[in-house]
Amino acid sequence: MIRYAARRIALMVPTLLGVALLTFFMLRVLPGDIVEVKLRADGGHVTEEILTRERARLGLDRPLPTQFVNWMTGLVTFDLGDSMWTGRPVAEEIGTRIGLTLQVSVMAAIISVLIAIPLGTISALFRDTWIDYLVRIFTIAGLAVPSFWLGMLTILTLLTVFHWSPPVTYTPFFEDPLQNMAQLIWPALAVGYRYAAVVARMVRSSIIEVMREDYIRTARAKGVFERLVVSRHAMRNALLPAVTVIGLEFAFLVGGLVVTEQVFNLNGIGRLFVDAVSRSDFVLIQSLVMLLAVVFVTMNLVIDMLYGVLDPRVRYS
Amino acid sequence: MNNLPSLEDVTPSPVLSGGIVPLLSVEDLQIEFTTGRGTLRAVDGVSWSVLPGETLALVGESGCGKSVSALAVMRLLTKPAGRVVGGRIMFQGRDLLSLPEGDMRAIRGRDIAMIFQEPMTSLNPVLTIGLQIAEPLKIHLGMNDAEARARSIELLGLVGIADAERRLGQYPHQFSGGMRQRVMIAIGLACDPRLIIADEPTTALDVTIQAQILELMKNLSRRLGITLVIITHNLGVVARYADRLAVMYAGRIVEQGTADEVFSAPRHPYTVGLLRSVPRLDQARHGSLETIEGLPPNLLNPPTGCRFAPRCRWRQDICATDPALRDIGGGQRSACHFAEAMPPPPEAAPRDVARHRIEAGTPLLEVRGLTKHFDVRLPGFFGGSALVRAAEEVSFTIGRGETLGLVGESGCGKTTVGRLVLRLEDPTAGQILFDGEDLATVSGSRMKALRTRIQVIFQDPFSSLNPRMSVAATIAEPLLKRLGFKAPAARDRVAELLDQVGLLRDMGERFPHQLSGGQRQRVGIARALAMEPDFIVCDEPVSALDVSIQGQIVNLLSELQAKLGIAYLFIAHDLAVVRHLSHRIVVMYLGRVMEIADRDALYSQPLHPYTRALLDAAPIPDPVVERVRAPRALGGELPSPLFPPTGCVFHTRCPMAGPECAMTVPPLREIHPGHMAACIKL
Repeated sequence: MIRYAARRIALMVPTLLGVALLTFFMLRVLPGDIVEVKLRADGGHVTEEILTRERARLGLDRPLPTQFVNWMTGLVTFDLGDSMWTGRPVAEEIGTRIGLTLQVSVMAAIISVLIAIPLGTISALFRDTWIDYLVRIFTIAGLAVPSFWLGMLTILTLLTVFHWSPPVTYTPFFEDPLQNMAQLIWPALAVGYRYAAVVARMVRSSIIEVMREDYIRTARAKGVFERLVVSRHAMRNALLPAVTVIGLEFAFLVGGLVVTEQVFNLNGIGRLFVDAVSRSDFVLIQSLVMLLAVVFVTMNLVIDMLYGVLDPRVRYS
Repeated sequence: MNNLPSLEDVTPSPVLSGGIVPLLSVEDLQIEFTTGRGTLRAVDGVSWSVLPGETLALVGESGCGKSVSALAVMRLLTKPAGRVVGGRIMFQGRDLLSLPEGDMRAIRGRDIAMIFQEPMTSLNPVLTIGLQIAEPLKIHLGMNDAEARARSIELLGLVGIADAERRLGQYPHQFSGGMRQRVMIAIGLACDPRLIIADEPTTALDVTIQAQILELMKNLSRRLGITLVIITHNLGVVARYADRLAVMYAGRIVEQGTADEVFSAPRHPYTVGLLRSVPRLDQARHGSLETIEGLPPNLLNPPTGCRFAPRCRWRQDICATDPALRDIGGGQRSACHFAEAMPPPPEAAPRDVARHRIEAGTPLLEVRGLTKHFDVRLPGFFGGSALVRAAEEVSFTIGRGETLGLVGESGCGKTTVGRLVLRLEDPTAGQILFDGEDLATVSGSRMKALRTRIQVIFQDPFSSLNPRMSVAATIAEPLLKRLGFKAPAARDRVAELLDQVGLLRDMGERFPHQLSGGQRQRVGIARALAMEPDFIVCDEPVSALDVSIQGQIVNLLSELQAKLGIAYLFIAHDLAVVRHLSHRIVVMYLGRVMEIADRDALYSQPLHPYTRALLDAAPIPDPVVERVRAPRALGGELPSPLFPPTGCVFHTRCPMAGPECAMTVPPLREIHPGHMAACIKL
């Protein structure tokens, strides 16, 4: 198991290197120049000389391979460089925002698992009854409704019905958990609903499939209580595919909260990303892409390790 | 189902003449299934009973209702599609069908246990064996962990699994098929049940393993006084183990009686047909098998009157009325108007149509030292790889119009040899001389040309036909694409081929899912014949088929050979079928040839201990013969091809082996003229 993990972690290096290469050179090929954006944005008249000097200051005049190598050596020593726009270290820019995004993602994941596994299971066990129909309506709605729209609806409902609006400024969890939750629970719910819908549908279909397996019939033939047939014999097998979906959706959320953060006025990674792209802040974009790549690759590893725990066939072969 | 009838209301179970109350009696059971195309009565008024300590076999082909009626006893029919619509199932004075679910659950695994067909899928892959065995002990007997563990170890010992303590912590995938079925038996035995129902318990296993498992079940049921109901399609298994049997056809019982009576004097034409359509190991039968023509009826729309009548060769007008299952003396019952006239004398088998001569001179195919090694990655991420010697130094010849049988258990390399001959795999070493040309080294374009002369018939008629192509299109494809036929000419040729394989011409319009298994296999044969081959590799062509259909296909293959002079490489695990079709036979074990001989020499004078073990293991459908055959099940497991034994690969299981057998690989040598074996003890 440990060897396996070590090997997988080693294999992450070429993957990440590939991502770095692609990102770096694609950013250089695409049109967009931060210096122009920064200095000439408002139609200001700036001489070409100043632009050149600014480019030199940001290191953009050096040959591409040199730039790449500089970035890479920085990455290895955990020096991500400074944002070209704000001039503040990238690590700091990301650091102040990652907590919020991760918290919303984790909360959404918890909400979705809490909703999806019971709902999916009940729906499967009561297949084609009114219970199943209700669950299916609920989950299809979750897939169909965009989470930003649900978010806006949530805010409006809170305002017009309860005459209460969630706090506007971000409070870190450890400062004031209540205040923090009062703000973040709403985006987490809005995103978690869709998340739950995806997972619940997966759980439903995989339980239906597992309940048809021969070993379920064997368990029943042994006189096992139906409750145990489901919880012990069916669930573990059925959760295997669900684990994949839960994990990949989570990784997606870390970079995919863009619109939701906008709606709830949260200063998270998604928003930082949008800002960085619109300003062509290469250094920041690069680092953010790498961050998301690391999250995805790590999540994949976590999923595979979980498989090993849940499925002995994977563990031993 | 909420009103449990009081004991007084329950009619006492019928007491048989001897005064013994049956342990279980199924009375007038009726089961329906709802399908997309209507309601199907899978079991229609079936009654059978089993006495304490007795072994009863329910026999029949797929879809006859045997498994369904057994599942109904356990109340495990798939809901909501299947349901019992009538009848009673009396067990120890109670009607199981009217018990509350909780009481029924308490009986399952406690008083009645069930063993299923597929050991590969019947155990939960993510739970340890220990947990799965302990489950019924804890639920029904209230054992604690330590007691359950002790009992589990005892049970594993009982079913012959060594090193029980360690194996309790393992998972199903760490056990071989035969071992898993032993675990299933251990689970069945856990709570000391009164009755065990075994649904095709050995069908998925190799011959020698099948013999072990059946022997085990028989010994245990005798020693522990357990009543057994075995559901099977294999008449040999019935003959070896059952005291009584009930033959089912199309949802009804057509004949019942003691095994001796039914096998010696079957009183229903279906039973007669079944017994005669199986090739037997103990009787050389040249010529064609006496088969049952046609197909079982569609139960969505069953025929009126006798359900077997449409396929019965002794059919009369009266068969349009329903024959009742009636006593015909000696405890035997038959549902035939002419039961007393049964069994009719066997038809004089037409002496092999033309026991055609195999041309002397150069053989059509000569395989010399054929070897195939696979690199297989070992488990574990730094496990490296191992060499699997799938075929090692295999040599044989096939003459024009000759059939060479290739037999062995799983992993013996028989399919690999077939694939090598077809050049679906490239050999590691050796020559495959086809009509003088070495297929192993021939160029790609030449191979393409030669492929028209070499064809193949696969085992699984379901997956080897394209589901989106009609039968006619499937057969016509090689004609149009390889032989340059124009559409009208191809149409005529397809019609001719359909005639040749015994399919109606209008079946050409159908798609594979609209055909039965036997019909699909006929399509597969027609497709192979389309190229007018000299040689066909038949890879287990009948093993997926029901007994009566198997006979039809076997006959078709031998007729085609007689008519067209095609040579076959007939790969199979069923020794009786191989005997029926083959001229010469190659026996393989773990990639090596153990014995090569002419058919008659091999079966009358098997030399190699493995061949003898195989012949001993295969049950013969005759209880009288079976009784005098001392059961000598070959012990041990099939070794993993990843780590084959050194020296003679068979020495780990061989009753004759000595220490010298582990030293050197025995060469294949001629013991008698034309009879070769690889054993140093001969």
